[in-house]
Amino acid sequence: MAKEAQAGKKDTASDCRVHIRIKESGGIKVKLKSKVESMYGEAIRKSAAEMMKFFGIKNVMLDIEDSGCLPFVLTARIEAAVKKCLPKRKEEYISPIFPQNLYRVERDRPRRSRLYVPGDQPRLITNAGLYKPDAIILDLEDSVAPPEKEFARYIVRNALRDVDFSGTERMVRINQLPAGIEDLDFIVPHGVHTVLIPKCEDEDAVKEIDERIQDLRTQHKIKNEIYLIPIIESALGTVNAYKIAVACPNNVALTIGLEDFTADIGAERTLEGKESFLARQHVVLAARAAGIQPLDSVFSDVTDEEGLRASVLEAKSLGFEGKGCIHPGQIRIVHESFAPGRKEIERAKKISLALDEARKKGSGVAALGSKMIDPPVVKRAERILKLAVQNNQIPANWKEEHSDEGKK
Amino acid sequence: MKGKNNAAGRWIPAKINGKPAIPFQGVGKYKPAGQKTSSPIVSCADFPKDGNKVVPSLRKALERAGLRDGMTISTHHHFRNGDKVANQIFDTAAKMGIKNLRWFPSASFPCHESIIKHMDSGVVHYIEASLNGPMGEYCSRGRMKGQGVLRSHGCRYRSIQDGEVHIDIAVIAAPTADPFGNANGLTGKSACGLLGFALADSQYADKVIVVTDNLIPFPCIPWQIQGNYVDYVVTMADIGDPTQIVSGTTRITRSPARLLIAEYTARFIKEAGIMKDGFSFQAGAGGTALAFVLYLKEFMKEANVKARFVRGGSTKYLVELLEERLTDYILDGQTFDLDGVRSMRENPHHMNTSPFTSYNYHGKGNFASMVDAVILGATEIDVNYNANVVTHSDGMLLHGMGGWQDCLFSNCTILAVPSFRDRIPVIVESVTTLCGPGELIDVVITEKGIAINPRRKDLLKALKGSTLPIKPIEEIKKEIERICGGAPSPPKVDKEHVVAAIQWVDGTIIDVVYKVQE
Repeated sequence: MAKEAQAGKKDTASDCRVHIRIKESGGIKVKLKSKVESMYGEAIRKSAAEMMKFFGIKNVMLDIEDSGCLPFVLTARIEAAVKKCLPKRKEEYISPIFPQNLYRVERDRPRRSRLYVPGDQPRLITNAGLYKPDAIILDLEDSVAPPEKEFARYIVRNALRDVDFSGTERMVRINQLPAGIEDLDFIVPHGVHTVLIPKCEDEDAVKEIDERIQDLRTQHKIKNEIYLIPIIESALGTVNAYKIAVACPNNVALTIGLEDFTADIGAERTLEGKESFLARQHVVLAARAAGIQPLDSVFSDVTDEEGLRASVLEAKSLGFEGKGCIHPGQIRIVHESFAPGRKEIERAKKISLALDEARKKGSGVAALGSKMIDPPVVKRAERILKLAVQNNQIPANWKEEHSDEGKK
Repeated sequence: MKGKNNAAGRWIPAKINGKPAIPFQGVGKYKPAGQKTSSPIVSCADFPKDGNKVVPSLRKALERAGLRDGMTISTHHHFRNGDKVANQIFDTAAKMGIKNLRWFPSASFPCHESIIKHMDSGVVHYIEASLNGPMGEYCSRGRMKGQGVLRSHGCRYRSIQDGEVHIDIAVIAAPTADPFGNANGLTGKSACGLLGFALADSQYADKVIVVTDNLIPFPCIPWQIQGNYVDYVVTMADIGDPTQIVSGTTRITRSPARLLIAEYTARFIKEAGIMKDGFSFQAGAGGTALAFVLYLKEFMKEANVKARFVRGGSTKYLVELLEERLTDYILDGQTFDLDGVRSMRENPHHMNTSPFTSYNYHGKGNFASMVDAVILGATEIDVNYNANVVTHSDGMLLHGMGGWQDCLFSNCTILAVPSFRDRIPVIVESVTTLCGPGELIDVVITEKGIAINPRRKDLLKALKGSTLPIKPIEEIKKEIERICGGAPSPPKVDKEHVVAAIQWVDGTIIDVVYKVQE
């Protein structure tokens, strides 16, 4: 009995379509039509045959139409087609994690910009790290069409392992439960830093996801923590925001999705955003009360730079620390707009230096003028200085330069 | 096949199209002696005293010009993919039963695909020019009877001047002309700005035919082409398709990776200290080059710096630099959009140039070597900074060279390219076809990093401490090979079958193109 399936997209740059037909006899046959035939035809055929061997498939007709996809995409598409045919196969065809991706991220690292990339568009995934957002979100949810979702998981898994993320935080937005639970198998053992939980309405979803993550961490001996960011996208979620924020110690931020939120409350999304003002402020309060970062929604008009700038400044004024980006061109504007002002930086420098001075003298408490510096003030100053360094506003070694100046 | 390796280590056959081929000897090494060629002596007594050289049709003009088997016919490419004249010349020749013509355009475009049928039938023997798209493929598959000879704009001018190529009949499509043959590209529905690529053809061809769809009474001013060189004038309903001649809008790239390359390039020019009062640069009309101009413009405004001149191909964005007084002049070889045409027509500081002024190897100097920085593209660049601009990594001849080789003589030659396209690496071990020697290529800017040619110690020093991602070219290559799954297999070509030769600007052969196997 022949089994057949296909995965991937035809005539889509940097992608391929794989059609597989498992047969009773005839051996392994690969039919390839590729834009890069003369350069990589042999490599593609070799890799396809190797995968068939890996999955123990002896008789098969593999039909590959390739528009110049990268190896991690080719193997993802072939595996997706194989698993569609043979759903009980559990073995995974994966390469070692790219060594430069073996970095961890801190819990409270800046998350000014998080770039959404659809999980089924390899062309956009490959270069995402180049634009240096604070985080890249490989999306399995709304930006992937429902029939593509199961295939996108393989692309996202392979991308997490193989694509150079250039030091950014690797985030994945999973699907709503229950599909979202299955998504975790494809990301937790493969180097995800942070999981975004869409349409979060109560603490149960957060807990359920965290439990599954902990199981997978134990099973796969994953040492680093995996953080969570619940996304509030409804009236109920907004009302439960604080409960959601404190539901799990691995929560690092709380964010809001305005497209679904406005639909849920029966309002229209406007540029001015009156309809979501209260909810946004509520998310800020809930996050701050829980001691995690409040992050704002995306700004959806990629051509309107001034609108984006104004929107970020407004978000900053409400207490948000980050903004979602849907195009790499938005990242620089978001970073510039979240950048601390000159006065803020100067004050933070003074605080940091005063603290160093106090520590040198063996005192844990520092003062600026006659005022004591409280721990939250120190923390805020540190955050400002870190941001200023990231924005190239001050050099990373500003303290050395400062002391050099002192010597002159 | 007889042949030997040239100074760049590429094998060159002893003959191309039956004539001895001179192997490349190194940059600036080959200096032929003798006299330049000249056109036949004519007498004004043989021409109408009233100055009216209009003949009723292209066929009549070709007949009177003495069209016969084996002649060389030249055209210009200022109409780019909108040219309607070249096809009609060979359609007419076919009707006249003429065979074995050599077409010597300043460039061919996909709109000339119908000439392939004339090559199949023997009306046209072969094309001696940059071969684009379908003609490139025709040549690469070994179907063209003669061997293609690819020259840069400056090299073409040289080949006419030193007699390497003798033009029997030049047909010059002109957006505006008078009955005497004076012509320009500034006005008329087919306005293309200028006619510089046809200059040598008008001066050196045995017979010159001007074809226009906008005949005006004498005098046609300015006369970019001088009627004193012209034998016949023909009018025609449409000499071109205006939407394909100039686009009206030139599009800036929207690809984030290319924008990043453009930004790196502008920052490089700034941080290398090239961007200072009185500087000059040239960038093409590709999406990345246009974005580069916008980034550089912001830096120039911030630093209050003005250029002395910029080199065209002009676009709206260069015209804006001129109109906002961020440059004193545009020295322009071709206009790419309507703003370029308008500016050239109206602004005396927007000057038209020709391959003679800009690029000619037999000139007493040329402008290209006086430009502070030039931003160009390439299909492949190797670890020795050699570059390819005519073939793809599968060996197929698909692009023309334009003024690319000529521009390499700038003080700082920058190739701004993506590090890979789809799965195909752009930075490779050795280029498939050598078009530009690495000693002239100073900087390679990709989205993954910037490589400075180790020969340019001054640039390396100037960029020390920069936050730009400067790294050795080998490192970029290694990174791309990891992404693409190893180095690409070499192209599958028939080394016994040379389909085209790439000339260096001086007329020596720098490399050849082989037949691609089916």
